[in-house]
Amino acid sequence: MFTNWKQGLVGAVATATLTLPLTAAGALSDDKIKIGVLSDMSGVYKSLEGPGAVIAAQMAIEDFGGSVMGKPIEIISADHQNKPDIGASTAREWIDAKDVDMITALDNSSVALSVQGLAKDKKIITMNTGAGTTALTEEQCTPYGIHYVYDTHALPVGTATAMVKNGGKSWFFITADYAFGHSLRDNTGAVVKSLGGEVVGNVNAPLSTNDFSSYLLQAQSSGADVIGLANAGQDTVNAIKQANQFRIVQSGQKLAGMLVFLTDVHSMGLDIAQGLQFTTAFVWNQNEETKAWSNRFNERHGAMPTMVQAGVYSAVTNYLKAVEETGTDDSDTVRAKLGEMTLNDMFVKGGKIAPNGSMLHDMYLVEVKKPSESKSEWDLLNVISKIPADQAYISMADTKCSLVN
Amino acid sequence: MQVILAQALLGLNVGVFYAILSLGLAVIFGLLNIINFAHGAMYMLGAFIALIGYSLLEQWFGISLQVGFWASLLVAPVIVGILGVLIERLLLKRLYDLDHIYGLLLTFGITLILQGLFANYFNVSGTPYPGQPEALSGVVNLGFMYFPTYRLFAIVFSLVVCFATWWVIEHTKLGSRLRAGVENPDLTQAFGLNVPLMVTLTFAFGAGLAGLAGVLAAPIYSVSPLMGADLIIVVFAVVVIGGMGSIMGAILSGLALGLIEGLTKVFYPPAASTVIFFLMVLVLLFRPAGLFGKEK
Repeated sequence: MFTNWKQGLVGAVATATLTLPLTAAGALSDDKIKIGVLSDMSGVYKSLEGPGAVIAAQMAIEDFGGSVMGKPIEIISADHQNKPDIGASTAREWIDAKDVDMITALDNSSVALSVQGLAKDKKIITMNTGAGTTALTEEQCTPYGIHYVYDTHALPVGTATAMVKNGGKSWFFITADYAFGHSLRDNTGAVVKSLGGEVVGNVNAPLSTNDFSSYLLQAQSSGADVIGLANAGQDTVNAIKQANQFRIVQSGQKLAGMLVFLTDVHSMGLDIAQGLQFTTAFVWNQNEETKAWSNRFNERHGAMPTMVQAGVYSAVTNYLKAVEETGTDDSDTVRAKLGEMTLNDMFVKGGKIAPNGSMLHDMYLVEVKKPSESKSEWDLLNVISKIPADQAYISMADTKCSLVN
Repeated sequence: MQVILAQALLGLNVGVFYAILSLGLAVIFGLLNIINFAHGAMYMLGAFIALIGYSLLEQWFGISLQVGFWASLLVAPVIVGILGVLIERLLLKRLYDLDHIYGLLLTFGITLILQGLFANYFNVSGTPYPGQPEALSGVVNLGFMYFPTYRLFAIVFSLVVCFATWWVIEHTKLGSRLRAGVENPDLTQAFGLNVPLMVTLTFAFGAGLAGLAGVLAAPIYSVSPLMGADLIIVVFAVVVIGGMGSIMGAILSGLALGLIEGLTKVFYPPAASTVIFFLMVLVLLFRPAGLFGKEK
């Protein structure tokens, strides 16, 4: 697979050189804007991003008026099946044959890294809402890659800090065995150690594991205070449900879901999930503005938005704003404009896109409500504290991104 | 010690699924000489029949009927068995004179078709089965661990099915006729027994066993189009280790390999997913007919 990817990249570079954009400033190439939503439409991450992300992008386009500078805005979507080669070949087809101007969603870090690498050579902006790995804005940062909603640095800053301060000194990780899980585990481990805790063990579980029981028993026998789940989506849901079946929490260990989405909590139910703390970028019923948008989304999608779905709406909206204000879809110009803008909408307040592509914004530490506290089907979370953007994200002084330092 | 017991029990939990699936494969191979690659798909189908029967009949077909878990234990194997009859009568029958490889390729194709069909309508990562009976939803404190009641039930139920099958084939008149049909079909037919019918029913029974395993697995694992594909390779390894066509060999090696896999998770976790294949290589090198198989 890797050789294919590499060969593909070489091919992509060759093609890109032949078809250098001839766009003059002040005009749109091919007389329209086309936005690609590339997501997991059928696998473990379907419910947290997937078809809901397409709806969020459609809403953004409709709310923008359906056109920019009098030209139509189109949307295209596809399933990357959590496979980097499929993601990259779809993105290549979109860019070469279908004139896609910006690609968003890109849940799954392995897919995200491969598409962002390709988009760099093709000079296409990617606004990643779904993937977690900090490599997107650190070691593998690109001039066109934007990481919009959360990353594996921001997640443990909230959750792990809170757990260690409450006495969870020793940690055992159950890690999703690919780029994202490893990145999340390493960053969480670093936070735990910096606060005086220790990591006593780790086990890697393949993506979309059905049966976590033996991993959970390994975690239990390690005697760690906290079992850190460095995974996401259906994997997290299965692990937490099975931990409940095997009475792991009742036997005295704490579970830390390092990346939990609203849909995960909903599918587990409050009986199982209550008291679970995690870090999120968006809480749908936080204020009137978020509620109004989320209710509209719920009417069309049949579920309240996760942070990444809300993030797609915000990313597409701000991309269109930048296109309108600069009067071009030339990626260099639009990216420069996005870097100057202060982002304010229902999803983000005072957000800034840093030179490494990281969108710096506040995050929230939340706790799942008790069944008695919940007033409606989707009333699931209490906000415990706000994590300011400068703590949540890697600072420009510390970044390993070669574009900055 | 607690850890070892706990992982051993979980290993046994996996082992009963290996056993019941490899038993079906062994029955089909032993009596029909077919390497049934569609066995994993039959298992998957059993789980989906349980899922559809429980939660989708009304939504899909407008029938306000709910087939519960207990009923599924009967209904799913029967439906999968009927599909087995169709596959054997309409397709496999034409290939009996050809090499094994043709049957293998045909059944592999059937697997891909069934998987693709279900992947089109269902979540690839799995849909939880909501119909686990209330009576089995609790947890039992075994002293060394808390163990979900349902999993205990699945272990006991599968063991009963496995040994009952073995007993029927080895110790009853029906079983002796089946075995006679395998040894010498022409002679058996001359005694007035309908060998082609026996062959069809045997295939249906093997398929039905896989369907039954699917229903049993549904509440533990999510129901997914690929659940059979994930398991079938391991199950083939189990059959190879036990000895192709040996009924007791399939059952015992299924259980033993589940246990070994579980214990490997205690002592050296990274090897857990490969230990079975390592053993398969050893068995093939030193006892090519398998631990319980007879050299031909």
